[in-house]
Amino acid sequence: MKRRNLLTGTLLAGAAPAILAGGRAHAAWPERPITLIVPYPAGGGTDIVARTLAPLLEREIGGSINVVNRAGGGGITGHEAIARAAPDGYTLGMITNDLSFYVPLGQSRLTHRDFAKIGQTNEIAATVTVKPDSPHDTLPKLLEAIRANPGRLRGTGAAPGVSWHVAFLGMMDSLGLDLRSVIWVPSQGGTLGHQDVAAGGSEFSTASIGEARALLEANRVKTIAIMADARVPQFPDIPTLKEASGSDWTFSVAHGVGGPKALPAPILERMTAAVAKVHAGEEFQTQLRNRLIRAVHRAPADWDAVLERQLSEFARLLRAAGLARG
Amino acid sequence: MDAFLRALALVADPTVLLTVLAASIFGLMVGCIPGLTATMATALLVPFAMFLDPVSAIASIVAATAMAIFAGDIPGTLLRLPGTPASAAYVDESYRLAKAGRAGEVLGLNLVFSAAGGILGTIVLVAAAPLLADYALSLTSFEFFWLSVLGLSCAVFTVGDNIAKGAASLLLGLLLATVGRDYTSGWPRFTFEEPDLLDGLPFVPALIGLFALPEILRTVRARPQGDVVTMRQGMRIFAGMGRALVRWWPNFLRSGAIGTFVGALPGGGADTAAWTAYAVSRRVTRDPEAWGKGESLEGIIDATSANNASLAGAWIPALVFAIPGDTITAIAIGVLYLKNVTPGPSIFLENAHILYAVFITFFLANLLMIPLGWLAIRAAVPILRIPRRLLMAPLLMFACLGAFSVENSLFGIGVMLGCGLIGYWMEANGFPVGPCVLGMVMGRLVEENLMTSLIKVQGDLTRFFERPVATALAVATVLIWLWPLLQRLRRRWAAAQ
Repeated sequence: MKRRNLLTGTLLAGAAPAILAGGRAHAAWPERPITLIVPYPAGGGTDIVARTLAPLLEREIGGSINVVNRAGGGGITGHEAIARAAPDGYTLGMITNDLSFYVPLGQSRLTHRDFAKIGQTNEIAATVTVKPDSPHDTLPKLLEAIRANPGRLRGTGAAPGVSWHVAFLGMMDSLGLDLRSVIWVPSQGGTLGHQDVAAGGSEFSTASIGEARALLEANRVKTIAIMADARVPQFPDIPTLKEASGSDWTFSVAHGVGGPKALPAPILERMTAAVAKVHAGEEFQTQLRNRLIRAVHRAPADWDAVLERQLSEFARLLRAAGLARG
Repeated sequence: MDAFLRALALVADPTVLLTVLAASIFGLMVGCIPGLTATMATALLVPFAMFLDPVSAIASIVAATAMAIFAGDIPGTLLRLPGTPASAAYVDESYRLAKAGRAGEVLGLNLVFSAAGGILGTIVLVAAAPLLADYALSLTSFEFFWLSVLGLSCAVFTVGDNIAKGAASLLLGLLLATVGRDYTSGWPRFTFEEPDLLDGLPFVPALIGLFALPEILRTVRARPQGDVVTMRQGMRIFAGMGRALVRWWPNFLRSGAIGTFVGALPGGGADTAAWTAYAVSRRVTRDPEAWGKGESLEGIIDATSANNASLAGAWIPALVFAIPGDTITAIAIGVLYLKNVTPGPSIFLENAHILYAVFITFFLANLLMIPLGWLAIRAAVPILRIPRRLLMAPLLMFACLGAFSVENSLFGIGVMLGCGLIGYWMEANGFPVGPCVLGMVMGRLVEENLMTSLIKVQGDLTRFFERPVATALAVATVLIWLWPLLQRLRRRWAAAQ
């Protein structure tokens, strides 16, 4: 059964360019399935958003959308596949603000500037999470402990130079604390970072609340601040970073739909409108809320401005932390 | 309880049940065909696992491997060719009994004790894993460092007869484990500016290559064999089973326990479990005269219980510590990650219902083994007549599909083919592949936990012994390393007296 599907798929894929070459440019887009590339593995945050979005977008644009995971290479491989795709509107993808780390870290020349932006869909905020019986079980106490014992406390949640580590760097920087006064313990993903805090290996972690959910419900960790400008509806008692410390710093891993830079304007406009409409719908909002993901929509121009600002800001933080190269 | 009911509902899903049935038949076929192993069955299931929900994906691996390890006994008994290496320990004994006209009896006992061994191992898994996971939540990188060093030390089980070649293979695995971004600094190592290598050598494609390709190449290059000749004889396979169960239950319990324990050790798989149980059986038997003459069933029963019990045992460290207990779980861990079920101490907090569902399928698969195994024994002669060369093309296709599907990239196929050629060359020259795989798995874990711990204590090695559990594990590790030396010293001392 599967083999036959594969065969038909190959035949269709082979025939499609011929049909396109026949004329009728973009008027009838989409006349074959659209591929939505996810640069991360199935089941992760980016993947969940893509798979929530795809069926709703299908209804909106009247075509079918296949979500394809191109994981590996720390997201670079998948992002590159989106940027280098033929700009015919049949290969789009989920892009993330991880794009702002590659240049400062010297891993790739890829930035958000290589993409046509269709619309930001969501944000997953960083937190400050400690052990429930920790002596610093509020943010002011934790910050006081960091000030009083430079080079003693340990933070964790990500590999150095990416996502939750940059969240940590920005928080320290905004509060005027020495970036190196906390030992950053690398961890293989946010869940394992929270787990190290629960086990007492590190004092705090900055990974997301979704990654802490199971440990929070088992009362193995306690989240004492969330690095967003609003509280999480399911956890109304957790203050924002601003409420807890006065800092204006916020950090979220943000996702959205993008395509290759040269995406034709008519397709870009149709997709932009479709993403905006789906995003406003109750179905998308509810599904994301249940996953502890915050639905935040940004139109292409706004999103572009945010990404451009992050590109220079993250580079500055990584330089200050001694992680920038090249 | 709530999680258990949810799990029951998950398993009762017709897709899951059908998957278990299909995977079981696949496993029986693979096990029946000499040269194809349970690990290879797992590797070939990867492309299908990509399309399945997490429970079906894991259930298919559980069912296929349990069936394959049993089915390996069929050609072992009828042809003196072990279907999988796990049956190798007792093929001589089984074949002698078969020549004496007792093949039906032997296969019946293999079937029943395999299923029972699997169930015993599963009971241990179900009882131990959640408790161990709850405890492991308080473990940090220090404890995990010593655990992974212990795991790496288990390489001694896999090196084989030639220690130098085994060690070379292990070192190759450790070298391959260093490819990718350095864990602590993010600096790329041995990636040759290739973004696909930033996360390291793709593990599942590499394993598919190492485990599936060498056998395919060997079969294709070998001369076609003549028709297989099997003995025709009466197959009253369940005759006298009641008496056998009463007589052999102490052996069964002992060997089931040995099998589960060996399975839980990293590097020790079903074949090591069978050899160990067989050796223990031979040492403690009350009837040593009957061994080696085609009269004793004891060693067969011990080893066949142990190899199936080890399968479940291997899942204990795999689920709780993400340290695979054998090569099957090494691949299965990769599948778990792909299904967003992160193995580790918090696995029961995050995905309790999925795990309970997997436990239920363990029982289900071992119970299903009795009727399906009975059919397989009946159908064995035609299965053994299938020309193996014809099977190699579809197997190669599945291997390519599996390597591609993990990251939807041709790069995976390249890695699979490359590793396959290396594996073929290694095995052709007497280098075992097992240590290389263990090195790839454990190298990463040892390095990550060592570097994390060193960063936490800013290089102060004395603080590696600060936490009591870490100290205990450290002492145990060092004692195990020094054990052969201590024994030699003791013997010398005793001789000098």
